[in-house]
Amino acid sequence: MKGRRLSRRDVLQGSVALAAGTVFASPARAQAPEPVAVTPALVEAAKKEGKLIYYSSMDLPVGEKLGKAFEAAFPGITIQIERSGSERLFQRIDQEFASNIRAADIVNSSDASHFISWKKNGWLMPLVPEDVAKHFPESYRDPDGMFATSRVWLSSIAYNTNLVKPEDAPKSFADLLDPKWAGKMVKGHPAYSGTIMTATFQMVRELGWEYMEKLARQRVMQVQSSTDPPKKLSLGERAVMADGNEYGIVLLKEAGQPVEPVYPTEGTPTISGPTGIFKTAPHPNAAKLFQAWLHTRETQQFFVDFTAQYSVHAQVQSKPGRRKISDIKLMKEDAEGVEKMAEEIKTRYARLFRV
Amino acid sequence: MTITTTDTPKRRIDVTRPVLWLFAAFMIVLIVLPLSWLVVFAFTDKARRPTLQNFVTLFTDPAFLDPLLTTAIIATTSAVICCLVAAPIGWLVSRTDMPGRQTIRALLTASFVTPPFLGAVAWELLAAPNSGMLNQLYRYLTGAEDPLFDIYSLTGLIFVISCYTFPFVFVLVANALDNMPGELEDASAILGGKAWTTARRVTIPLALPALVAGALIAFLQAMTLFGSPAILALPAGFHTMTTKIWSLFQYPPKLELAAAAAVPLLLLTMLLLQGQKFLLGRRGFSVVGGKYGAPRPIEMGGWRWAALAFCLLVLLNPVFLPYFALLNAAFSPNATTLVTPSTATLHNIVFVFTELSSTQLALKNTVILGASTATVGTILALVVAYVTTRRVIASHRLLGFLATAPVAVPGIVLGVGLFLSYTRPPFVLYGTLWILLLAFLTINLPSAYQQLQAAFATIHPELEDASRILGATRLQALRQITAPLLRTGVIATWCFIFIGVMRELSAAIVLFTSQTKVLSVLIYDLNESGDLAAISVLGIAMLVITFAVVLAVNRIPMFGGGAGARLRNS
Repeated sequence: MKGRRLSRRDVLQGSVALAAGTVFASPARAQAPEPVAVTPALVEAAKKEGKLIYYSSMDLPVGEKLGKAFEAAFPGITIQIERSGSERLFQRIDQEFASNIRAADIVNSSDASHFISWKKNGWLMPLVPEDVAKHFPESYRDPDGMFATSRVWLSSIAYNTNLVKPEDAPKSFADLLDPKWAGKMVKGHPAYSGTIMTATFQMVRELGWEYMEKLARQRVMQVQSSTDPPKKLSLGERAVMADGNEYGIVLLKEAGQPVEPVYPTEGTPTISGPTGIFKTAPHPNAAKLFQAWLHTRETQQFFVDFTAQYSVHAQVQSKPGRRKISDIKLMKEDAEGVEKMAEEIKTRYARLFRV
Repeated sequence: MTITTTDTPKRRIDVTRPVLWLFAAFMIVLIVLPLSWLVVFAFTDKARRPTLQNFVTLFTDPAFLDPLLTTAIIATTSAVICCLVAAPIGWLVSRTDMPGRQTIRALLTASFVTPPFLGAVAWELLAAPNSGMLNQLYRYLTGAEDPLFDIYSLTGLIFVISCYTFPFVFVLVANALDNMPGELEDASAILGGKAWTTARRVTIPLALPALVAGALIAFLQAMTLFGSPAILALPAGFHTMTTKIWSLFQYPPKLELAAAAAVPLLLLTMLLLQGQKFLLGRRGFSVVGGKYGAPRPIEMGGWRWAALAFCLLVLLNPVFLPYFALLNAAFSPNATTLVTPSTATLHNIVFVFTELSSTQLALKNTVILGASTATVGTILALVVAYVTTRRVIASHRLLGFLATAPVAVPGIVLGVGLFLSYTRPPFVLYGTLWILLLAFLTINLPSAYQQLQAAFATIHPELEDASRILGATRLQALRQITAPLLRTGVIATWCFIFIGVMRELSAAIVLFTSQTKVLSVLIYDLNESGDLAAISVLGIAMLVITFAVVLAVNRIPMFGGGAGARLRNS
């Protein structure tokens, strides 16, 4: 099947319909809790807790900058970011809950399927930020208000412009199987990174396991996080990135590093990163405040501008000079599909790539 | 004539006995509990029904057998390389008039402070095939296409492991040569033996047990390391046993398989230690008795400088080059670009200390754990060493065995065992610093015990006995006579454990949670996301803290300030 384009118009239409839906809410849809705004009372309650523990897989400099922005907006609350790969965080959260450790307040995963499991387990607290209710398309928020998509980003191909001429650069995933790229590629690991897990699922669906089998024979340098391939590329350690965060490439390019993204002709894997609060959060009010703040237009705009990711908030504009997501051919997301296949992907991947 | 301490006075009630039994009980829980759970999980299925299926699954799966073979290759070659490098340097430092002997010895001891995982990251900066600084230099000088080194390879991994393991062998060999009676060599010379004959017939046979023991320790180190293979082998596309065990913790965790995979490591370690005991046991023949003269340094003439050059060349690999790479990366905008005054930046340092939200917590946890493990560990080792050297209670042999037993438990295996033990009642410690304290304590106990036992052995019991005959209680005798004599040994042991905690990654990686993160785990996390500059800053901070603490402890007056602690790795 072909990739789907998510155009700004679709997003806008969706959100208009949604806004109308909330204003004239029918009782049948009213299961989700009342939307929550950043109110002085909430800020006060959060400040009393004074702390927020945020599990996230965002690239560290980007995540910490978001944390600093929150701390600046609400002085008196410190945020501790626990960064690791989403698959690793998923395992650790599972392990912590099994041992009755409730350290995490709020989590942002790059594998949307994790929220299916957490919701099923009854671990999440419903909370609908006002902006989510008004401006987020329905497909990017949980009908019961357990989570909402805070960010959308891509896992693309990229190359180092010092090592590869633009005309020689790969244009598609199929190009990566050319013997000339053997030993020259770097990629992330789906058992560590939610981004790579989601991307692998989409690539396997579109291109089949045969593609992965052939790619595994290309002597790919195997790193863990999807944030690492862009860095290895900018160091010149490898010439081509077979998968990894497109936003990392865009940021490095804007900082003057010799990297260039490639949006493969087969379509670019698309990843949604939802955020949700744990029912057992030790700092529930700080978590609510963060969730409400994170999804406001201002925060989403700020986030899009400095992280080069995308927002589904209807009023957020892409930064001038950057490529719009609507101009990129995307692969379709399918969180349920990932949830069903995650185990198989980890096992088959480990067998093919031997780590 | 010696009065043995088994003739304790019967009139007075001795409170030390119950206390000693309490220590014994604690040791049993500390070591026996995690190993029992490990065995239970290895031999049962999810419903805890006995089965051998875990072993069948593992030993029929090439994805498990390959790492086993790889690990054997790594451990053997590393052990051989370590001996080939450490033996000549040990001899040069201990027995010749090579210039700068003391500096070389100090630098080698300092290289022991470098955590192996930090060394692995530093060597990524130096010898990654394309971006590595040495490879860049090589290409620049020769115009070659291919890299000089590829650190992401089996040879690269063996090289890095050897860099941070050979100091262990060096210390053993150098100490053995230091303590070798000079008279034996003199006798050989008097009887007409030429320098080479003396070396072949006297020196080498006497040093051989230490060398073999060193080889075994190097083998065990290389076999049980987690950080270096995780950093260098995974990008190259292969697993070792430790990384494989760890990958079994991936969701959904296969704890039974992880426990079963740990069993071969455990058995092999025990087997090798038995072998070492056998070899060390034979060393007894060299102790002839009487007071020995200091060995004569061998005059090397013009070769002195060549020898020094050789030592410095070897030291490039674990010390000079890695620290240069880390310092460069800490101030560089791009981890592997050579810093110039115009490009130097403080951005990485600012990021680590003001923006990275886990830094403070990890620093705090590490220092708390380092200091408390060192203190508790020293006390524990002190008591056990006292009991075993003075044979205070009947089961002193068992106590000594228990204190040495953890040597046979690789860090990651212990991590798995502790995780299984302390995530369920009656002791739910997972998620607290206590579980890490237990892990670090267990890991460091054997060497601490051996050091203090050696220290006790040098103090003859007749001094204590004299004090007790004059009416002092056991505790008074210990405080007034033994403690002052033990100062140096105690300080050295404390520092040794502290450094051990800073270096530890393999058990911590299994046991940490977000609130109990330590520096080693944070550095490992940063490596997975490719933040090499932040690692460099943290790594340097870690070393500064270690040296500061070691210096500070040596200055504490009550420990007999000024007495320089000798860091000995046994």
